[in-house]
Amino acid sequence: MASIIQVQSVSKSYWRDSFEIPVLNNISLDVPEGEFLGLMGPSGSGKTTLLNLIAGIDRPTKGKILVGNTDIATLSESQLAKWRSHNVGFIFQFYNLMPVLTAFENVELPLLLTSLSKKERRDHVDMALKVVGLSDRMHHYPKQLSGGQEQRVAIARAIASDPLILVADEPTGDLDKHSAEEILTLLERLNKEFKKTIVMVTHDPRAAEKAHTVRQLDKGELQ
Amino acid sequence: MKIPLKYTIRNFRSRPLTTGITIGGIALVVFVFVAVLMLSSGIRKTLVATGSPDNVMVTRKAANGEISSIIMNDTYNVILSLPQVATDSGGKPVATGDVVVIINLPKIGTDGGISNVTVRGVSPAAFQLRPNVKVVEGRMFSLGAREVIVGSSIAKRFEGAHVGGTVRFGGDTWMIVGKFEAGGTGFDSEMWGDTAQLQDAFARQGGYSTVTFRMTSPDQLDAIKKNFETDNRLQQFEAKTEQQFFEEMSEFMSIFIGALGVFITVFFSVGAIIGAMITMYSTVANRTVEIGTLRALGFRRRSVLAAFLAESVLISVVGAAIGIFLASWLQFLTVSTLNFGSFAELEFSFALTPDVVFFAFLFAILMGFTGGFLPSVRAARLNIVNALRAS
Repeated sequence: MASIIQVQSVSKSYWRDSFEIPVLNNISLDVPEGEFLGLMGPSGSGKTTLLNLIAGIDRPTKGKILVGNTDIATLSESQLAKWRSHNVGFIFQFYNLMPVLTAFENVELPLLLTSLSKKERRDHVDMALKVVGLSDRMHHYPKQLSGGQEQRVAIARAIASDPLILVADEPTGDLDKHSAEEILTLLERLNKEFKKTIVMVTHDPRAAEKAHTVRQLDKGELQ
Repeated sequence: MKIPLKYTIRNFRSRPLTTGITIGGIALVVFVFVAVLMLSSGIRKTLVATGSPDNVMVTRKAANGEISSIIMNDTYNVILSLPQVATDSGGKPVATGDVVVIINLPKIGTDGGISNVTVRGVSPAAFQLRPNVKVVEGRMFSLGAREVIVGSSIAKRFEGAHVGGTVRFGGDTWMIVGKFEAGGTGFDSEMWGDTAQLQDAFARQGGYSTVTFRMTSPDQLDAIKKNFETDNRLQQFEAKTEQQFFEEMSEFMSIFIGALGVFITVFFSVGAIIGAMITMYSTVANRTVEIGTLRALGFRRRSVLAAFLAESVLISVVGAAIGIFLASWLQFLTVSTLNFGSFAELEFSFALTPDVVFFAFLFAILMGFTGGFLPSVRAARLNIVNALRAS
């Protein structure tokens, strides 16, 4: 199957004062379309940094990242913002929902960046909330939902605009065992039923079990 | 695409204490700002309403006001002979030669303090020219008698200035025989008597301070002015509408109060701007993760900037609305001060005009924009990865 993500000889360093701190060292990685990839490794190994680079919220110091044939490292900041809105669905450890918006409005948020009409947006949001099983909670605010429900709303937000890839950073890291299991089942379903390519960073071995492929990162290098 | 306005509005409501304090500060500054502008426009409104656009007022060109203007009897007759002067059914010109003097009277509640009062000698036609002047208590003064009628504002603010009382000026004692109301105009702050009696008491038998006449039609003003430019006997005098004359009398006072008020409010506003800035910096700090998330989702820097600026401006607009509402109650107050145009006491009300409301909102929006700008720039410039890490 064709690679949807190609990470080619990517290095990433951060600068603190005049000290260069290397985080990723000459990483290359191909992710086929429809893959469910798990990235594991100890804290500070660079897995979140790699995820951020693939998602286009950070830029590599060296190397090339192609997502769906777009070299995202060459895009300007505003081009990259537009690209993210169309191609990347984000799932964060702490859900990152807007507390002042309802579940419906949170899911609708990325759709505001598209050219969809109000009715089309409503249809997309309804569908996304139905997929995650929260149609009956669409008018609830995040504080009125459990952690697992919040994460399901976040997943609905991630899939609402039908992006090319889903990136998940420790999606079960803040959840109890039961809720974590529900979220992982949902991600597995998105991958199998809806053919979504998922890149997931996790510490959780149970989460990694759901992935097709697991790659280990250590000290900025892929094992 | 913009971040939805409901996000801004609901966030605005989500921090009631800090937002409330900031709104309170802005409301206070706007209150002061509006009060001063209302004061300034109150003076203007009172004096503009004093004059009629249908009447022409003639003064000596070099005069700063009515009391320093002198028009001799022969000039008075020339003016009245102009073809643009309207006449009544009996063929008499609808005109008054006014004698205007300033006297001192003790003011109520000032422990012996005195203040200037305008006394205007008028002819009977003055009541035709100024129909809003109506005797509401007692009677009209008699021609040929040392009698005066007092404006309602004078009656309540000066000792002895009531119907049946007497006042001493011009070397004589004058009986107050009536009280009049003039619809809240500057005439309410005057005493009126017979022109001839005032001329006699102040040795002004040779002329008048001003001449006011009704035009045959309002479009005759240019023709009248032309007469004053071309006729050698009138070239030392100036004709303008009565309304314009009184409007000009209000200008200095109005501008002075307005400028002084704006100067003071600008100092106050620094505090309010700093308050708004602190609130918005704390908002940005509390919502760093939200900002990072919005940016990750694809919202651009300028959208974030606009959302936070809108929140700051919203705080200011709400503060302005409260400040204006509170200040609007001042309309029920009347104050008096020395009008620099006439050097006499003038009573007026605070006037809330659409202009005042507009400038108050503009001022508040400017405060909100200034206070919110730097925090909003900070929000827009946040690095996405660092912002998301804040969670």
